[in-house]
Amino acid sequence: MSDRSLLRDLPRLALLTLLGLLILMPYIWMIAASLKPLDEIFRASLSLLPERFYAVQNYGKVFAKVPVWRYLWNGVVVCGGILFFQLLFAVPAGYALAKLRFPGSGIAFGAVMLGLLVPYHVPALPLYVGFSQLGLLNSYTALIAPATISVFAIFLFRQFFKSLPDDLIHAARMDGLGEAEIVWRIVLPNAWPAATAFAIFSVVAHWNDLFWPLIAVNGTQYATPALGVLYFRSDEAGDDFGSLMAAAVLMTAPLVLAFLLAQRRFIEGIATTGLKG
Amino acid sequence: MHGISVEGLSKDFGGTQVLRGVSLHVAAGEFVALVGPSGCGKSTLLRCIAGIEQPDAGSIRIGGREVTRLRPSGRDVAMVFQSYALYPHLTVEENIAVPLAMRRLNAAQRLPFLGTLLPGTRAARDTIMRDVRQAAESLGLGPMLSRRPGQLSGGQRQRVALARAIVRHPAAFLMDEPLSNLDASLRVQTRREIVAIHKAAGVSTVYVTHDQSEALTMADRVAVMQAGEILQIASPTEVYADPQDLRVATFIGSPRINTLAAEAGADGVLRVAGQAVGMRVAGSGAMTLALRPEDMQPAVAGLSAAVEGVEFLGESLLVHLRHASLGTPLVLRLAPEDRDTLPPEGKVALRFPIARALVFDGAGKRVAVHALSPEASLV
Amino acid sequence: MSEAAVALPAPRLSAGEALAGWMLTAPAAIAFVLMLLAPTLATIALAFTDYELGASALSWIGLENFAELLQDRGFGIALRNTILYVAIVAPASVLGGLALALLIEAGTRGRALFRAVFFLPVVSLPVAMAAAWQYLLHPTIGPLNAALRTFGIAGPNWLSSSDTVLISLAAIGVWENIGFNLVLFLAGLTAIPRELYAAAEVDGASRAWDRFRLVTWPLLGPTTLFVVTITMTRAVRVFDSVAVLTQGGPNKASEVLLYAMYEEGFTYFRLGYSAAITLVFLAIVLALVWLQTRVMERRIHYV
Repeated sequence: MSDRSLLRDLPRLALLTLLGLLILMPYIWMIAASLKPLDEIFRASLSLLPERFYAVQNYGKVFAKVPVWRYLWNGVVVCGGILFFQLLFAVPAGYALAKLRFPGSGIAFGAVMLGLLVPYHVPALPLYVGFSQLGLLNSYTALIAPATISVFAIFLFRQFFKSLPDDLIHAARMDGLGEAEIVWRIVLPNAWPAATAFAIFSVVAHWNDLFWPLIAVNGTQYATPALGVLYFRSDEAGDDFGSLMAAAVLMTAPLVLAFLLAQRRFIEGIATTGLKG
Repeated sequence: MHGISVEGLSKDFGGTQVLRGVSLHVAAGEFVALVGPSGCGKSTLLRCIAGIEQPDAGSIRIGGREVTRLRPSGRDVAMVFQSYALYPHLTVEENIAVPLAMRRLNAAQRLPFLGTLLPGTRAARDTIMRDVRQAAESLGLGPMLSRRPGQLSGGQRQRVALARAIVRHPAAFLMDEPLSNLDASLRVQTRREIVAIHKAAGVSTVYVTHDQSEALTMADRVAVMQAGEILQIASPTEVYADPQDLRVATFIGSPRINTLAAEAGADGVLRVAGQAVGMRVAGSGAMTLALRPEDMQPAVAGLSAAVEGVEFLGESLLVHLRHASLGTPLVLRLAPEDRDTLPPEGKVALRFPIARALVFDGAGKRVAVHALSPEASLV
Repeated sequence: MSEAAVALPAPRLSAGEALAGWMLTAPAAIAFVLMLLAPTLATIALAFTDYELGASALSWIGLENFAELLQDRGFGIALRNTILYVAIVAPASVLGGLALALLIEAGTRGRALFRAVFFLPVVSLPVAMAAAWQYLLHPTIGPLNAALRTFGIAGPNWLSSSDTVLISLAAIGVWENIGFNLVLFLAGLTAIPRELYAAAEVDGASRAWDRFRLVTWPLLGPTTLFVVTITMTRAVRVFDSVAVLTQGGPNKASEVLLYAMYEEGFTYFRLGYSAAITLVFLAIVLALVWLQTRVMERRIHYV
């Protein structure tokens, strides 16, 4: 199977290359258009390379009209904040559900399993009303708070912690560690595979999310990259595809670059946590 | 005189009584081995002493303190786990330091970064590191202090677990089958090291094992457990030569002790297969005559057992026989040069000194023997 | 062996352990109630009211919202479009993902490269990629129609014609999901023991297709089931591409459930009505999960 000669492998490689190019088509044209002046784009030629190199103008226009750094920074703050609270809440809960016996643990686990069934769109309406009553719409709080509880994270960490040997916990107790210390000093450092997988899943999901930011935020001050592209598209760009594609490239780049640098981790992280796509 | 004192401990796991009112007293500095088949409750007893399990009834005192309701960390005991339970993310040095850091530094001083800035942390950390190095050196772990458990061999991990236990000079050592994950030769070597550590530290030790050779070679006293009870607790020689219960007699000793169905008449004379065997016992009815393999010798006269096979072990011979009329399998241990005493036709009679005969009544309890002659034979 | 590990956990609870358990779950429990449980229950309650944002009062109207849904032409189209969208995206991206996985797994060369290429859409900002698609599918300046023109074909107005808009969105959906499914299938394929293929060959399954039928397909069963349900639940949630590219148009030809819910709730502020749509959406998601467990139960003996 694996020791095929290159010649016999050629049809497979050719087919995969063709399909791969098909998948890459939007990226190729996006980048190509971001380098072209508008009149070349409107000529609709099939040439990928620009006759006049217009990258500086296109990207310059994006940076001039759009607070690119603001959007990216908002994305970092929102994703970082969400991940921080998700771990802060889910790791201890996952540990308690995996290793401690306490009244109510059955109900808590039932709630987790039930929570797994509910898409995050379902509580959106009342959350919107609630944040609007509190005057908290259009803030980092509104963007971060609804995602701070991830029942999926609790479930994932519980499964992972269950596989840690009980004697490790017993040894820590005998050595004099309290339960909270056990969580942060013993259990979490040994849960890096699960934690990185979840972190990647969480950051990808929230960096790319449009639904909730669209509801919770108005205006550029707290806009995430997804909202930023949407605003630029409807307000500034119009039919200026060159700079629109430049904006799209800029907002897509951070995650895609991170992915290209750590492909294996990304793919494993998202595939193992795929349960909650 | 302190040590460990367990009184009337009971524990129930989902309807099965794992411990049935167990009492155990370990003198200060004494090494007691808990030995028994798997499922006998020995690990549960140890875990109750450690505070990992809560007993349903009974009390535990360690170093003169009542600890039954205390958390594990409050009991001043150190435990070596079967799996070693080393912290995989910490180096050898850090693993050994954990119990000291938890006891000598307060919560604020233990904080990462910030803690090191507080007054006193530095000095406390220095003494901790000194103690850690000392414990590590005594176990030959000096060169691997900065490695992680994953980079160590099984024997080295085992030493780290031991070092973590001895470093804080606890009131008691608890060991849960610490050698069962090592290969045979390493096990024999480590056995002696643990005894040496115990001698040097002079700390009361409870050692759980299913391996009787570990129990017999290492312990001051051996407690034989079965079905949630301690059947007998005595010195290794005593549990071997003078067992008070048939279950102790059959559990201790390898090959297993020979047992023969016997009968005591109203006069107390003991008979095997209808033949008197030269002794009177206190009691009557169905009895069991038990004889260690090395306590029997081939006799000249009579044809009571057929030889089924001979195993050469180097320092001794094991002769497998079957009793002619009872059909019971028997094992005989002979010196290699005694091979010639076996008759060529493969049938032998057996003789034994009455003083070595162990007789148990129908309930398995030892009964006293009055010898009618110095020696008897099975015919 | 330690008998504690063998025996059932003791029913006896220590007070300290219980306290620790509560302390450690408390933050998660509070966040769960505030951010998930209470708002979800509120959504369910809202669906039976006529609440509109800014209204000072609301009244219980029972099933009236749902009765209105049945009459609502827009909702009917949204429901039908969503089902149609799922019916295209799920099979295409599942079978496509499986085919790609088999193709990648058939040799050793270029595995990591192709896996990464096909996975790229999963980590790409959907809004930005929607913009790229908009350019690619543009009727006059788009490269796709330009390419068709060189063959003498007049390409349609992909995203603005009610005949092609749903197909176009579904194609984007397949493009978004296929790499994800590919990775799940690859994981399933590597779990199949190599010896089974050798055994199948010895047993006379000499053609690749025979080996696929005999070994791969049955052993991939659980993975396939998982991939099918996860793709369907992902497809039901289609929102980003609609919100960016079509806003449900032209003439509701690309209206889908979540976008209808968003419009009713956050454009027209009819929260009660929007909540009713949300419940329909939730019911579909739950039905898919229920279907998955049913199928799983039936084939559990050979999984």
